Amino acid sequence: MLMLHCPFCDEYVEETELQAGGEAHLKRFGPGSSDDEFHDYLFTRENPKGVHFELWRHINGCGKWFIAARCTVTLEVFGTYPANCTEPPQWIKDKISEKRPGWTWREFAG
Amino acid sequence: MSTRLAKQGRLIDRSKQVEFTFNGTTLKGYEGDTLASALLANDQMLVGRSFKYHRPRGIVASGAEEPNALVGLGSNRRYEPNQRATTTELFAGLEAKSQNHWPSLEFDVGEINSKLFARFLPAGFYYKMFIHPKPFWKHVYEPFIRKSAGLGAAPDKELVDADTYEHFYFFTDVLVIGGGVAGLQAAKTAAATGAKVLVLEEKSFWGGRAPVDGGEIEGLAAEDWIAKTLEELGAMDNVTLRDRCMGAGVYDHGYVLGYERLTDHAPEAGGPRHRLWRIRATQVVTATGAIERPLSFAGNDVPGVMLAASMRDYIVNWGVMPGQKVVIATNNDDAYRTALAVHAAGGEVVRVVDARENGGGKLADEVRALGIRVENGRAIAKVKDGKRVTKVALCAQNGEGGAREEIEADAVAMSGGWSPVVHLWSHCGGKLNWDAANAHFAPDPDRAPTSHDGKPFVVTAGSASGPLGLGAVMADAAAAGAKAAEAAGRPAQAVAEIATNDVAEAQMEAVWFMPAKADIQLRMKSWLDYQNDVKVSDVQLAAREGYESVEHTKRYTTLGMATDQGKLSNINGLAVLADSLNSEIPQVGTTTFRPPYHPISMGAIGGEARGEVFQPLRRTPMHDWHEANGADFEPVGHWRRPYAFVRGGESVHDAVNREVRNTRENLGLLDASTLGKLVVKGPDAGKFLDMMYTNMMSNLKIGKCRYGLMCSENGFLMDDGVVARIDEDTWLCHTTTGGAERIHGHMEEWLQTEWYDWKVYVTNVTEQLAQVAVVGPNARKVLEKLNAQAGGGMDVSKEALPFMEWRDGEIGGFKARAYRISFSGELSYEIAVSASEGQAFWNALYEAGKEFGVMPYGTEALHILRAEKGFIMIGDETDGTVIPQDLNLQWALSKKKEDFLGKRAHTRSHMADPDRWKLVGLETVDGSVLPDGAYAVGNGVNANGQKNTIGRVTSTYYSANLGRGIAMGLVKHGPKRMGEIIEFPGTDGTIYKAKIVDPVFYDKEGEKQNV
Repeated sequence: MLMLHCPFCDEYVEETELQAGGEAHLKRFGPGSSDDEFHDYLFTRENPKGVHFELWRHINGCGKWFIAARCTVTLEVFGTYPANCTEPPQWIKDKISEKRPGWTWREFAG
Repeated sequence: MSTRLAKQGRLIDRSKQVEFTFNGTTLKGYEGDTLASALLANDQMLVGRSFKYHRPRGIVASGAEEPNALVGLGSNRRYEPNQRATTTELFAGLEAKSQNHWPSLEFDVGEINSKLFARFLPAGFYYKMFIHPKPFWKHVYEPFIRKSAGLGAAPDKELVDADTYEHFYFFTDVLVIGGGVAGLQAAKTAAATGAKVLVLEEKSFWGGRAPVDGGEIEGLAAEDWIAKTLEELGAMDNVTLRDRCMGAGVYDHGYVLGYERLTDHAPEAGGPRHRLWRIRATQVVTATGAIERPLSFAGNDVPGVMLAASMRDYIVNWGVMPGQKVVIATNNDDAYRTALAVHAAGGEVVRVVDARENGGGKLADEVRALGIRVENGRAIAKVKDGKRVTKVALCAQNGEGGAREEIEADAVAMSGGWSPVVHLWSHCGGKLNWDAANAHFAPDPDRAPTSHDGKPFVVTAGSASGPLGLGAVMADAAAAGAKAAEAAGRPAQAVAEIATNDVAEAQMEAVWFMPAKADIQLRMKSWLDYQNDVKVSDVQLAAREGYESVEHTKRYTTLGMATDQGKLSNINGLAVLADSLNSEIPQVGTTTFRPPYHPISMGAIGGEARGEVFQPLRRTPMHDWHEANGADFEPVGHWRRPYAFVRGGESVHDAVNREVRNTRENLGLLDASTLGKLVVKGPDAGKFLDMMYTNMMSNLKIGKCRYGLMCSENGFLMDDGVVARIDEDTWLCHTTTGGAERIHGHMEEWLQTEWYDWKVYVTNVTEQLAQVAVVGPNARKVLEKLNAQAGGGMDVSKEALPFMEWRDGEIGGFKARAYRISFSGELSYEIAVSASEGQAFWNALYEAGKEFGVMPYGTEALHILRAEKGFIMIGDETDGTVIPQDLNLQWALSKKKEDFLGKRAHTRSHMADPDRWKLVGLETVDGSVLPDGAYAVGNGVNANGQKNTIGRVTSTYYSANLGRGIAMGLVKHGPKRMGEIIEFPGTDGTIYKAKIVDPVFYDKEGEKQNV
């Protein structure tokens, strides 16, 4: 059972306090998008063995959504940050690159 | 013969005799006994029958790894099957029953499985035999298997467990699992740094095997060192010690479950029976010891054959001698300790057969010096079948089992080497290395389970790491304690050497078959997995049939799949598989170790959450009134809503019909407080709601209401409700009863993760308001009467408060908000008051309504009233695959809006498919009620030969107002097939015929709600 840092409460909270929201940083496609774009947006999710970005809601706490950057293999958590951004903040990217040399944003490797 | 010794037994109190029963016979034991040691003391060698062949089985081990001695414990509300006799502490009045036998333990009909059919019950038997012919499965095979196989009987479902259970939370720097000498040493070292330390020991006593195996630590006998260390640890404020508490599982980020058995040994003590410890540990030390492996020789399952160290345990710990003439078979030096123990207790060791050509070391010399015959390079060819050991045939290890020498014996002690208990290390990803010299998998400290910081959080201590000698164990444990404390943020410390006296042992040798080239007759009697009845020949057969992966072989043969999860069998099974595949053991690999280490009770998992406190209940402000007025409650989410208000002498069905008629004819009151109420407010609230709802909400006028639909991004209908515009930047959104929290979360998700720059707040005010639907032709009259009584109030006339509008004001002196909305088709006001005034308002309505024929109505009447009007219900007409178009709700899909959730999805080809099933009304030809969920069948059959389905019933009721059954359903091309009669086969064999009609059955023009 994971423990994640809620960036709003500034506390480490157990998974029982959280709701999982799946992959973070999806780009929404609405009316006018192609069938392929819309299909990918709806159904195609990354399933990386390694660095991943996930939405979590502190549902039994402050109710806010945040994003956790973590490694699906080692369960290492690189950091959490508010969900109001379209890509991870630079400090998270730097931290991941430091721990997983060669890793780059959007390649879901490492 | 197995007997109680006159002396010895460090754990029993001979002054306290206790009586217990086994299969109804009263037997005697002592306080401190386990059920297993007490049974052996009473010469009860036979304790059960095996799973598949019903072979007689006896006690093999002395701890949690025991595969055979599973019994049913207790009776009635305290009965529990499959309890291990070896981990059951004896108490006065204990009732145990053996399992897997019919008609009796001594005489079992199923044993013919073994004698006659063994060759027909090979690995994969179930897969092979029961495919054809099909009817045989149901009428012959299955009843036979259910009768003859399986473990203990499940408790009677009508009997509620008499005991209570609880959860307990604990946070610690260092958690030490295992209270043997290694665990105690690790705890001592860690605690010396000031770290908070919790030590769990699954047994009722501390110190593990050390007192049985002998040796000295820091100049003290093991037993004295343990007592001294326990005293030291007990005096430290930063240390918590818990016995009878097993470390059950290690999970992500230092989460560990402990399973404490508080009153299993004292059922009358009161308090919870089991306690589940939910522990967060910064570092975990697993000092879980090692488990001895059996040897694979023919008849290694005959009662009286047991693990060598376990035999020693019974002698030293409980003063029980499992046999008078003992044969010992080994491939390592440790088993010689058993020879010494048997001899010291006055038993006769008739032979030690050591499979190693060069035999043992100092311990072997010591045994020989006692005059005991020790033979090197020898093996057991076979133990004669029976209900106990009588004869043992010996042969050369390096042969096929010929040239046997038969000797008389009544017990066999076997040792195939030791495997570290790596389960807890492995649960959360710790990796293993194959140690060829010691023939076991040991934890690889470089590939430990990692925590949130990417750093290891589990360290093994003592023989759980691999080493077996006392000196190595103590050194490893001290280092582990220091490492864990440091990793938990305490200062590093130098670990002092711990003086021990150790006997040097000769190297063990791997022996996977005994004898090495045993023929098929012997291999068919050489058991690997006692509990699931898997033999050497089964694993070899699986390999021949192409099962190369250990995970597949496991499932095909069921090796290691029993309740002991292969604690004794896995390594031997892997070795046999590797041998059969001409591969190496590390290449074959292990199966996955999953928690719990040892089965834990369902009661402990449930904890306090049962009965009334199983889950929180939500009650409306008027709940007590409902309860006092005949409410038959139904659960709706966590709410309890009245299904109907039943009066004396009538059935629930009668009550529903009465409520339906009365609401149409006079006046009905519905407690609608459970309806979700979300306030959406802010400069961008209108824009936001336009995205949330399929129809336009931003242009709703202040004071007006609009029915809205919500779709998910993939277009499916997820909720509906009436939205009211409160002021310039405030809307109030009603959701379904079950949807309030879900829709609130849905809105928050979009607001926080997608449109986070929009200025909108959403607040759930469901519980702040009590809401009453005042429904029926007399609805206005009762409100006007209340206002008259109060000397004024809100004008509720048609002109002042038209249909689909709302007003704030006072009704009967209550501050209220009234909505002219209707889910019944009648003249209807939904009136919200402060939750604290809900009951008083309800009382006022009820009193004033008496002259107008008021009656409360429940959810079933609500459903029927809406179905008569053809209104859809989320969860009935929708199921997560239904889109608004299916329900003819195109009018609610805005064409003006560029975007809303679901809009893009509705243009996908499957969503726009003209063949989608669409909503229609259904009227049975004979007026009967269609079965709920029934499918309509059309012409032709599908690929599986089943009739094609063309629709299904979504809602079906008896309408008291119409005097007939009415239903709604989704039917292919339904709206174009009005008047057509289609067939719904019921599960009762009846074919129901129904005509496709308009779904609005009552007041088609909608005049009644608009008066």
